[in-house]
Amino acid sequence: MSGFSRREFLLASGALVVAVSTPAPAALLAADGALVSGALPAPGELDSWLAILPDGSVQACFGKMDMGHALEVSIAQIVAEELDVAVSQVALVMGDTMTTCNQGGASGSTGIALGAKPLRNAAAEARRLLLQAAARSLSADVGELEVREGVVSIRGRSTASVTYAALIGGQRFNAPVEWNKATGNGMDIKVQATPKHPSQYRLVGTSVPRRDVAGKVFGTRDFVTDIRLPGLLHARMIRPPKAGQTIAHVDEASVAALPGVRVVHEQELLAVVAEHEWTAVQAARALAVTWADSTPPTRWPGHEQLHARLRAAPALKREVTLNHGDVEAVFATATRVIEAEYDWPLQSHASMGPACAVADVRADQATVWTGSQKPHAVRDGVAKLLALPPERVRAVWVMGPGSYGRNDAGDAAMDAAWLSGRLGHPVRVQGTRWEGTAWDPKGPACAHRARAALDASGNVIAYDFTARGLSRVGVMFHEADPRDTLTGMALGMPLNSDLGLGAPAESYGFAAKRLAWEVVAPLQERYSPLRTSHLRDPLGPEVHFGSEQFIDELAAAAHQDPVEFRLRYLTAPRDLAVVRAAAERAGWTPHAGPRRERGPGDVLKGRGISFAQRSDTTVAVIAEVEVSPSTGRIWARRFVVAHDCGLVINPRGLTQTIEGNIVQGLSRTLFEEVHFDAEQVLSVDWASYPILELADAPETVDVVLINPTQAPPSGAGEPTMRCVPAAVANAFYDATGVRLRRAPFTAARVKAALKTHA
Amino acid sequence: MPTVRFQLDGAPVSVDVAPDTPLLYVLREQLGLSNPHFGCGLAQCGACTVHLDGEPLRACVAPAASVEGHAVTTLRGLGSPEHPHPVQQAWLEEQVPQCGYCVNGWLMTAAALLKHQPKATDAELRQGLAGLKCRCGTHLSILRAIKRAQLMINGGAST
Repeated sequence: MSGFSRREFLLASGALVVAVSTPAPAALLAADGALVSGALPAPGELDSWLAILPDGSVQACFGKMDMGHALEVSIAQIVAEELDVAVSQVALVMGDTMTTCNQGGASGSTGIALGAKPLRNAAAEARRLLLQAAARSLSADVGELEVREGVVSIRGRSTASVTYAALIGGQRFNAPVEWNKATGNGMDIKVQATPKHPSQYRLVGTSVPRRDVAGKVFGTRDFVTDIRLPGLLHARMIRPPKAGQTIAHVDEASVAALPGVRVVHEQELLAVVAEHEWTAVQAARALAVTWADSTPPTRWPGHEQLHARLRAAPALKREVTLNHGDVEAVFATATRVIEAEYDWPLQSHASMGPACAVADVRADQATVWTGSQKPHAVRDGVAKLLALPPERVRAVWVMGPGSYGRNDAGDAAMDAAWLSGRLGHPVRVQGTRWEGTAWDPKGPACAHRARAALDASGNVIAYDFTARGLSRVGVMFHEADPRDTLTGMALGMPLNSDLGLGAPAESYGFAAKRLAWEVVAPLQERYSPLRTSHLRDPLGPEVHFGSEQFIDELAAAAHQDPVEFRLRYLTAPRDLAVVRAAAERAGWTPHAGPRRERGPGDVLKGRGISFAQRSDTTVAVIAEVEVSPSTGRIWARRFVVAHDCGLVINPRGLTQTIEGNIVQGLSRTLFEEVHFDAEQVLSVDWASYPILELADAPETVDVVLINPTQAPPSGAGEPTMRCVPAAVANAFYDATGVRLRRAPFTAARVKAALKTHA
Repeated sequence: MPTVRFQLDGAPVSVDVAPDTPLLYVLREQLGLSNPHFGCGLAQCGACTVHLDGEPLRACVAPAASVEGHAVTTLRGLGSPEHPHPVQQAWLEEQVPQCGYCVNGWLMTAAALLKHQPKATDAELRQGLAGLKCRCGTHLSILRAIKRAQLMINGGAST
């Protein structure tokens, strides 16, 4: 290595302020000081995954990113474990497309489950090669060597030693590894070394503190919003105020009084750009645009009529994901048939701040700083947008103002790149609160139907659940093609709508059982604020709100305890274990039907359980709620979570990740619904799209971590969330005897439900 | 363009700026601070909070002219890694943030609240910190951290 640090490199290249200051392997950086190296890291080379720096520290290159779930430190623990160095000796580069392979970014709670695999293999292989070199250096057999914190010595003779730094510090390994040719989440490498057995772990499984916290608490760490470049221009996008409207006329004179404002307009893409940010904000407000209605005018059903529309609309796609036994024949023999419908609203990512991106597009290269959780997709999308080869585009992930799936970050990155290319200046785009809430891709609304057949003894003999809703991929869940962004839609690129939903993930062993999903048409095809895509735990809360409440309804119909009922029908051992563990920790008292326990004043208290799988993770959640019939308030005061995501890497980080799932899931359950009328989104800010605040936070989230060290890690960023809505609904039923089959459970809706059943 | 003069984190500054420019843009653009953050521009979330003469102010809606002659404190002025404010120390020890974008608002508001109500109860904290948003859902960590900070401030168990 030349001793060329990353910061020096970037200073030389003219990017004066960047968020990351840690050095990257020299092999991955362009020696000529260009911003873009012109070569993508090759997964088939060990040097693409890690390097030993001259000071003996380890640089690991991770193609995913830590959104605040202790993923960075967890990966460092795994790398340190395999290399036998201290965790503090390992630094990660994350989400920079010039220095990390395309591991798919943050995606599907796979950061550890899939993302750690190649890093673990690379670290084991590096250790193997380092021990070979050490054996030569010390004139010893590899079998005689031991490693402590990067110092290799002959066992029993600690004076005869050599450090990793002395062996290779700053130089390339120049060693091939066998890439499985997968790109994205599935990317992995095979190596000659055998990684450690979990029984040998010293670092994995311990609560090493996160390293990203201090920068956030002292304000010393940059967010994407803080990236500044020389000559930077500030842009604001102008979106149509009403459904389907297009630009008829732009009166540029309306902003002529504002200093240095430029209007950029091509087809339906419209932006104002200024040297100062506040000027850009003022210009966006002042710009006079004449809008034209589409022909015929686009009309949405409004949020109150949305679910009727979802039920009535023809299914554009139906997929049966499970079908065993002759479901219809068994229904014909039923003593009793239970049926229910469950409605879930459109929801917004409503990230803490609207998305921001900074782009510096030059004649033959582009750099984009983005908060998107898929920077490699941003790279590919920008390359297509600007007709550049992917290796001439560098996307650098910098923490954005929240990231819970395909939010507005992908649109901002593409807008910034397009504007920078057009203007020949670096451009920073930031949305308004209106764009962050009203214009982000939405989590799909659903209207599920469920039915079950019971025999004379109350046994479930047939079960039939159909999830139905707007597509989870109305726009693609990443921005690898600009047509999947507002930028591409505004520029008239062909639409790329896909049809997908999901079915419940569980192991109930009903003799005859059918699980299916159906997708209906979007509310508006092109350039729509109500387009749907992935919102954290896509289809998890949406579907299991219905399916796990329906299981509870069946238990009640069969006069059985909800926990006993689940234990009776669940078949997977790990599913049974989490349900038992949650019930035990909660001190669950078996009961059939609602208990309507009285609390202080008019308060009614109840408990409910919910359970679900996600990939190979399985979770059971018990909610304890207090309901005030007079105010309609539900306070979910305590949660118990039993969580099995395989081998646990960092218990504290995992526990706090689970807590965040509970709270965000509770917010979605109690408060969140995108309101809209025939032509406008009415949820535009925090007043019109309220989320949970501190007053409604639970007092306790009691987490039981089941840690089956023999099972590989399977992900924790999302699974708990899917259990929350039904757990709260089932607890509400226990408290009141009333079912809440439409979310969110706002105070008005609670009061109305209790009044109807009074 | 008129000049606005005020104290920023203990040092005098003067900025030539249109008087109705929100303080947030002055702090971020003219004065180069990375905190506070833009969250809504509507005083609904708290991400932009600074102290004006020791009391929380939403910088996204406060005109620059309104701080003329006053003392503005940002997160940088609240404490540093070498001399952290108790709320920063507690936030660090409890590993509160996830994305971290909201942290500025919670720290600045909690620091002011604890100055007036160092022994605020759980209910008083929940009420006193209304109007702050955290989209990642770190509320349980936030409550733990504030209670930890109270112990430090009130001379309880040291950490």
